Amino acid sequence: MSASNDDNKSTLGRFWGWLRRPSAGLAVGTLLVVGFFTGILFWGGFNWSMEMTNNEAFCISCHEMEDNVYQEYRETVHYSNRTGVRATCPDCHVPKSWIHKIARKIQASNELYHHFLGTLDTREKYEAKRLTLAKNVWKVMKETDSRECRNCHSFEYMDFVEQEKRSQGSHEEAIDDNMTCIDCHKGIAHELPAGIIGVDGVPNMGN
Amino acid sequence: MKTWMKATAVAIAVAVITVMSVDGAIAQDGVQSLRGGTALDEGLRAADIARPNTGKRFTRNYRQQPPLIPHRIDKYQIDLKANQCMGCHDWPQNVDANAPKISETHYVSPTGVRLNKVSGSRWFCNQCHVPQSLAKALVPNTFTSSNDMR
Repeated sequence: MSASNDDNKSTLGRFWGWLRRPSAGLAVGTLLVVGFFTGILFWGGFNWSMEMTNNEAFCISCHEMEDNVYQEYRETVHYSNRTGVRATCPDCHVPKSWIHKIARKIQASNELYHHFLGTLDTREKYEAKRLTLAKNVWKVMKETDSRECRNCHSFEYMDFVEQEKRSQGSHEEAIDDNMTCIDCHKGIAHELPAGIIGVDGVPNMGN
Repeated sequence: MKTWMKATAVAIAVAVITVMSVDGAIAQDGVQSLRGGTALDEGLRAADIARPNTGKRFTRNYRQQPPLIPHRIDKYQIDLKANQCMGCHDWPQNVDANAPKISETHYVSPTGVRLNKVSGSRWFCNQCHVPQSLAKALVPNTFTSSNDMR
């Protein structure tokens, strides 16, 4: 691609030509150093902006979250407890490892889409959809062996002696049967959905 | 007519004297406000919270007493959508959970029809069942268990 016929091309074509041409005037060292720092800037900027979407304030900036699940979560032990340790929305709902986090963030574009469609913009709509939404989260938790729970909780460091009798027994049984947290701990941070009766693997708690 | 007026006058006099003497009795002990004897600029110490006792199950004080709950239930959801107590105490899951089954009377509708699920009128467990606690009686009383009376 020579410079002489650049005039006949569009702006995009000329830019492409400029990109493909070997650099004549710049030292390889300059290119490397500039490239290195630009890389840091872009990569840092990318991660920084992703982190901006990964905190509680961002999550509850949508009223679907603030009016429903957030209010329920405020009543639970993951919000307020004896020691003051807290788990915020992304601690449970966004994976910590990078690849899985990106995958979840891409999926979240579907949530944005439904926010703008107004799929859940009233309490009634939310309640009607709650069972489906809850089942989605339970399914993912089951598939990942409750990965997000295990960021903080693990059987290895669990002192059964400190637990109530009924928890001791159940936790030992869970280890033996290779169960995962979400198998029993459903509805711990948000209300259980109506129609939970007959859901596979859930003891009958509905009317 | 005169008798009626006399009776009224006596009644009023009696009422006034009674009020005054009651007033006097209170004045002798010093007037007690809701804050008790604590001065306004002093902080009032809150009563201790009675914590649920998660040890052995307490025995009932009388035959019909709803059994007390020997564990915490603070975060349990009991509403129109779900009842987390049922997760362990409803039949048949109570067998695996090794938990007491809710009474058979709770599977009978108010009109006497036997049901295969807990009756709606028995749905809200904590209307009758409360976590047990070693709380002291708020008011001194002479309650004696019916078992001790036999």
